[in-house]
Formats: sequence, structure tokens, C-alpha cells
Amino acid sequence: MSLLSVKNLSVTFGTGENPFRAVDRLSYDVNAGEVLGIVGESGSGKSVSSLALMGLIDFPGKVMADTLDFEGNKLLEMSDKARRKITGDDIAMIFQDPMTALNPCFTVGNQIMEAIEVHQGGSRKERKAKAIDLLRQVGIPAPEERINVYPHQLSGGMSQRVMIAMAIACDPKLLIADEPTTALDVTIQAQIIDLLLDLQKQKNMGLILITHDLALVSEAADRVVVMYAGQVVETGPAAEIFANPQHPYTEALMKSLPESAAGKERLDALAGVVPGANDRPNGCLLNPRCPYVMDKCREQEPELIATDSHAVRCFKPLLKQEDAA
Amino acid sequence: MTQSNITVQGPRTPLNEFWFYFKQNRGAVIGLAYVSFIVLLAVLADVLAPHSPTDQFREFILTPPAFSEGGSSQFLLGTDGVGRDILSRLMHGARLSLLIGLFIVSISLIMGISLGLFAGYFGGFLDTAIMRISDILQSLPALLLAIGIVAVLGPSIVNAGLALSLVYLPHYIRLTRASVLAEKNRDYVISSRVAGARSMRLMFITILPNCLAPLIVQATLGFSNAILDMAALGFLGLGAQPPLPEWGTMLATAKEFIQSAWWVVTFPGLMILTTVLAFNLMGDGLRDALDPKLKQ
Amino acid sequence: MTAQEKNIVLRGEGLKQHYEVSQGFLKPKGIVKAVDGVSFEVAAGKTLAVVGESGCGKSTLARQLTMIETPTAGSIEFNGKNLLALTGDAKKEARQRIQIIFQNPYGSLNPRKKVGHILEEPLVINSEMTPPDRKERALYLLEKVGLKAEHYDRYPHMFSGGQRQRIAIARGLMMNPKVVVADEPVSALDVSVQAQVLNLMMDIQKEFGLAYIFISHDLSVVEHIADEVLVMYLGRVVEQGPTEQIFKNPKHPYTRALLSSTPRIKPEQRIEKIRLPGELPSPMNPPLGCAFHGRCKYANDQCRHITPELIAKEDGSKIRCFAYEEGRLDY
Repeated sequence: MSLLSVKNLSVTFGTGENPFRAVDRLSYDVNAGEVLGIVGESGSGKSVSSLALMGLIDFPGKVMADTLDFEGNKLLEMSDKARRKITGDDIAMIFQDPMTALNPCFTVGNQIMEAIEVHQGGSRKERKAKAIDLLRQVGIPAPEERINVYPHQLSGGMSQRVMIAMAIACDPKLLIADEPTTALDVTIQAQIIDLLLDLQKQKNMGLILITHDLALVSEAADRVVVMYAGQVVETGPAAEIFANPQHPYTEALMKSLPESAAGKERLDALAGVVPGANDRPNGCLLNPRCPYVMDKCREQEPELIATDSHAVRCFKPLLKQEDAA
Repeated sequence: MTQSNITVQGPRTPLNEFWFYFKQNRGAVIGLAYVSFIVLLAVLADVLAPHSPTDQFREFILTPPAFSEGGSSQFLLGTDGVGRDILSRLMHGARLSLLIGLFIVSISLIMGISLGLFAGYFGGFLDTAIMRISDILQSLPALLLAIGIVAVLGPSIVNAGLALSLVYLPHYIRLTRASVLAEKNRDYVISSRVAGARSMRLMFITILPNCLAPLIVQATLGFSNAILDMAALGFLGLGAQPPLPEWGTMLATAKEFIQSAWWVVTFPGLMILTTVLAFNLMGDGLRDALDPKLKQ
Repeated sequence: MTAQEKNIVLRGEGLKQHYEVSQGFLKPKGIVKAVDGVSFEVAAGKTLAVVGESGCGKSTLARQLTMIETPTAGSIEFNGKNLLALTGDAKKEARQRIQIIFQNPYGSLNPRKKVGHILEEPLVINSEMTPPDRKERALYLLEKVGLKAEHYDRYPHMFSGGQRQRIAIARGLMMNPKVVVADEPVSALDVSVQAQVLNLMMDIQKEFGLAYIFISHDLSVVEHIADEVLVMYLGRVVEQGPTEQIFKNPKHPYTRALLSSTPRIKPEQRIEKIRLPGELPSPMNPPLGCAFHGRCKYANDQCRHITPELIAKEDGSKIRCFAYEEGRLDY
């Protein structure tokens, strides 16, 4: 049984005949000890989907799903309180901007200890010892002293480490990291990703890594979900997807990376932008930008069709390179 | 590369957008309607008013309003202690009160914006000097300061207006300076600098339009304060001098009739109350409509 | 070759920017060396990339080159004339020829002005052109950057990030510049849009013969667009050279760490990971000796006490590292 199982998760905003589908029938599974990468550009619905998972979508937004199971518990059918217990104890989340995710009025130690208190209790002394231990686990030097500093005294990388310490405080089974390194410098990004992957292996957690950075996902994730305008366009093992992308969008994203254009003057840019709330096309959502577009794509919406471990939403998936040759 | 973009956001002009958000606040729309009504009254006072505001009808002294016992249809809201028609005086008083509000707000706004821009933009000694002076102004009770100034300049409506402008000045200086400090290091200001813009252009053409939202709100709220304080000065005999029909002065001269002829006091009081309320409602709506943080 | 033959448009020599910082009441003032002795030159039609992490001084360098800040020492030569010595009209003229594009397209366009006004502002300030002429030029450049004439009357908030960056580029071109300083121009954009904007920048460079100073932390972008690279660490250049040299054969341990930390999508492009411990030291009290020694596994006593010099090599690159000079590096 997978740790988290999502089937046809949709998040809609607005009412009337045509509500805006921020996330449209998203399905994926995460197993314990596995890293799932969710990639997409801004507006692809990758962050909204994780908020929906945590039950953090507020009123005008509506969340629907056929299945939203965590370790066999049906999250959508249980009471708010029971759901919060599960999401609080077993699922943790890290956000993009560590500088605003910490409360500037309290010391780092205070905030970690509060997280421990909510979930595990224990005396003040025990909690402090645990907080120091957590800071040591996330690689913060001199944790006994750092426990008394305020967030503004920390750099971005250190703050993100503190956020990770808080996230793992209650030994979650699933960690969701939403653009955890986007605000950080490359060398610090490498440190934080290493730390996340180490912790994930050590504790055998499931890790959902949400990012816009294809290269990062290709290095860190076991399996990848590529999203476009709220839909999954392609999903499969990371190595396979990046070696042989089958969806034109995945291919275009990879080609538009400067490293793919080595020796070439121009980059292969995909024209246009991700459609917003008011201008989603009929048929396949990529059709106005797709270089392989056919008449059918403008009229009909393709389904996500799975072969083995790989699934693609395209009428004419790109051939594997060896097949084409 | 002639590729163009698919983004078609409805081209909403700022004015359109402003109205869209403003009309969501019902109180603000009511306030706006009432203020427009008062402005109309003031502008058309000469046509609408049944009598001259200074004509004394000696045989009708202290006639009650038309709808109460002993009233006369000639004087809809009754007459005051010397037989002047209260309705006519209120209409002409609206003119005076609004003018005063406008006068006070404009002067303090113009001076406040200029001083605030200079203080925020140049910083350093100029900033310190301007801000300390405004601290001093703010540390004195508003009305007391106004009374002091009027006492020196002599009681008249213009002097009272000047005094009140000075009293309100620090609010506008502070507000402008704070927004300027926030805006002046933004990239668009720097790109104007790189384009070669001088300080004056940067301050008044580049930065100022981006600081206006809170100032407009403050000005609307200041309008009601101005009317209120002017009424207070009038009540103390330091503002408009009789027989000028100003709401505050009307209240002041009617204080001896509080017990005997309620209408002489009530109607000017009500006018002040409702007008100030309307301006405040409108100010709230403006703040909602102009504050980007409250928008989606 | 002389400078003229190489067509050098911009040359910086020993640029420094030192700030006095108050450390608290009654304490002596500290000195932050944001930029400390940077020299470079860039030719027309070429791109010089400045690479480094936040706090390395690359943005301060951009502000110096666009004359937003006056360097505390050193000289900037534009077309052979010392910019810092110019006054009056000559200075104004030179200033128009060096333009800047900012990172955040949401902050760099005045939200209260229409696109037309934003584009024409430099002309209004610096030229005697009539309004119809100005509009013609604005429309011409709008088309050049891939936007339409109807966008002239819109406000910035009606555009997406990529479109705004195009507007910012068009504004930079209004005064016929020779040098464009681009401060992280694509790092706020999505991958597919980033590629569009990079292509646009290269097309324009070719068409107008521009020299770019391209400031970035993203090495894969730099590798694609730059002709020469300057790697900065804590205000100093640690390695400098032709792009190929830097990427094929990075010499300085910091350059190598930067390269290996950059995620790569193609497994064959990944090099052995070097993970730097720690973070950039505080510029308020930089370490003695080589600024990098605290994070460098090759550091020895000499590195901890003496500051290395930037030494030129015969392959055209320059490097500031004792370990390299002494052959202590093991890659």
C-alpha cells in the first residue's frame, strides 16, 4: 500500500458554469522512502495541489477527489479534527521563503519547542533537549547557542534548516517541500537538497519535492509528475522521463534549458505563456503552443494514458529516441 | 522574434478598477451620494434657498419647523433667535463649510506633500529638520494650537482656516514621507534615474503618483476633521463671524435656546454630524479601493 | 592589439566600493568592502558575465557601471573616456549609452504610468524629439521586442512577467545604448519564458552591436550567453576568463563548487559534487587571508593569513588561489 494515494484531485475556484480548475484530476502515489518530484511553471497548479492535500484551501476554493488516502485513511471523509491530527502528525510541509515562514517575535528554540509540544508534549527540559538534537540533525553548528537566536539573526540557508528541523520534529511519514531552495544561492541550495535527501533516507519518509527547476528534479527525484495548467501531462520514473520525454511540453521544457542548447546560438523556446484563468483553450491545453499540433488537439481533450510506469496525456506521444532512429 | 502573447487581460483602466472596488462597499457609496447631495445644495443654494440667509423676519422670531405645532410653511425648518430662516442658512452654510474644508485640506495637502517629498527623498539634515518641526506641531493639542494662532492673527474665517491647515500639516508630511521612503529605492525609480531624470522629476512625476493612495484617503478623512474643528472654532467665536451662516457659528449663537427652541440647535448639529459621517464612510471606501493589499 | 582594434567599449580598472557602516552607538565604524578591486573590459557585441552568490558584490558593480553609485576608487572608461571625470553634457551623453535591465520585472516598471510613457521617458528627459517622433520610436522598439502597437496604451499590471521584461528591454534600448547592464534579467521568469527572453536579448545584441554586462547566479544561463566570465566572491574576483575555459576547466575551488552545485538535467554534464560547508562570511568582518579559506578544503596556513593575488595565466584566464599556484589542487 502506498503512503499517499491521490486519485482525480481537482481544486476549483469560482462558481457558475465554468469554474476555474486550478488543479484538474491530478493523480499520483507516493511510497514510503520515495522522492516524488512535481514540476511545472508558475500557474501550473503544483502548489495548489499540495495545499489541497493539507486541507489549506480556503472558502471559495472547492476540493474534490475520488481518493485522497493517507496510509489507507480517507482524508476527505473524516472530520476536520481527525484530519488535522493526521496532517499535523504525519505530514509536514516546508515553504519557499524561509525568512517569512518563521515568526520574527520568537526565538528559534521557542518555535521548535512549540511544534514538539503540540504533537508530543513532554516537559520543557525534554523538549529543549529534543530541539537541540533536531538542530544538530539539520546541520546547524553550535545548536546549544543557536537555539536562543531570533529568525532575523539567521541567513536564508540557516532559516530553511530551522524550518526543516520544525518539519521533522514530529517524525512525519511524508514531507512536502514546496520550492524549498528557490530563494537560496546555488551552493546553499545544494546543501539543503542534500540535507533533505539524507533525512528522507534516514527516516524512510516519503518526500514530495515541488519545484520549477527541471534539472533539480532530475537529480533528486525517483519519480516525476510534470504539470501544465492544472493537469498532469506526463508522469513516470525520473530517469526515463528525462532520457525520453514523450509529451511535447516536457520535451519543450527540457529543450528550453540553456544547457540543452550547447553549441547552438539560440535556445529552443516554447512560444507563449501558461494560459491563465480566462484564456484556457479548447481541446488539449497545450495546443496553441505545441509544435506538433493536429486538428484533433484543438477539438478534443486527450486523456492521461498509462503504459507500464509511464503515463502521457497526448494524442501522439513522442517516440522513444531509439524507436525513431 | 515576432512571437506575441496570448495574455488577454481585460484592459481595465485604473479608474474602472477603482470604481469596481469602491462600489463593493455600500457605506462608501451612500457616503458618496450624500456628499454629492450636499455639494449640490451648496452650489445651488442661491436658487434653492427660499430666503436670503441674512434676512431677519422680526415677526417670525423662533418659529418652530413646519411639521411641528405652531410652525409655518414659510419656514420649513423654523427660524432662529433673530428671525432668519434656518433652512436657507443651512444651505448657504454648506457652501461655506465645504469651501473651508476644501481650503484647509488643499493647503495642508500641498504643503504636506512637498515637505514630505523633500524630507523622504533627500533625507539627512533636511529630513531631520522637517520632521522635528512637525513633531513639535504634533505635540501641541490641535485646538489649542489653532486658538493660539487665531488669537495672534485675529479672528476671521481665513485665519482660522490657515491655523487649522497648519495643525493638520504633520499628518500629511508623515504619510508622504513614509510612502516616499518605501518607493524611492524601487527599481522603476532607479531606471528613471539611469534614464537621466533629475530630482524634481523623480519626486513629482515618478514617485508621487505611487504615493497618492493613502494621501487621498487621509485627505477625505481630513475634510471631515476640518469641518468639525472649524465648527468648534466657530462655536468659540474664533471662526466665521456673524452674520455669516457657518454651521459651527450657527450652533454657537443658538446655545441660549437649547432648552427653549430645540430646532435652532438640532439642525446645524445634524448637518455637521451627517456630513462628517458621510465623508468618513467615503474615506473608508476609498481606502479599500486604493489599498492594493485588500485587492485580490 | 590595442583597445581600439578590439573595439573595447567599457573598461573598469580597480573598481572599489567601500561603505562605512555604523556598528552601534560609540563603537568604531566598520568598513564593508562590497566591491574590492575589480577590473574588466568588454568589447562591442560581446557579453561579460559576472557570476557569484548573493552578497558577492555583483549588483553593486552594476550600480557603479550605470553611475547610480560613484566608486570609492578605480576608474570606468567608456569609449576611451574616463566616465568618472566627465561633467555636464558629456556625462549626460555617456549616461544615456549605458542602460540597465533589472531582475524583477514587477518592480522595475512604474505601476502608475502607461507603457508608452515609460518607454518615452528617456527621450522626454534627454532629447528634443517631438511627441510623434517619440511615439514612432517607442512603437518601433515595441515591435522589436515582440510586442504589439496596441500595448502602447496599457498599464504594466496588464502584462505577464515575460512581457514586462520585454518592455524593460525596449526601454533600455530607447536611447541607442552601447552597453546594457542586465542584473539577473531572467531569474524571475519561468523556464520557457526565460528562453524566449534570452533569445530576444541575443537577437538584439547582434542587431544593435551591444555589449552586455550580464549579472547572474545561474551558471547554465551564463554558459549559454557569455563570452567571458568573472567569478566573484565577497567583493573580489576569484577567477576570470573566457567562458569555455571557465566551464571546461574551472581552476578555482569556488568556481568548481559553483559548477558542481548547479543541477544538470543531462547525467553526462554532471561533475563530481563538491559540497561547500558553511556560508558566505559576513562582509562586516571578512576573514583574514583568502576570503574563501573557511569553506575550502585545500586551505592551509598561508591561505588563512595572506591574501592571494589575481594572477594571469597564458590561456587568457586569471585566478586568485595559492593552492592552484602551488599545485595543491587534486582535480
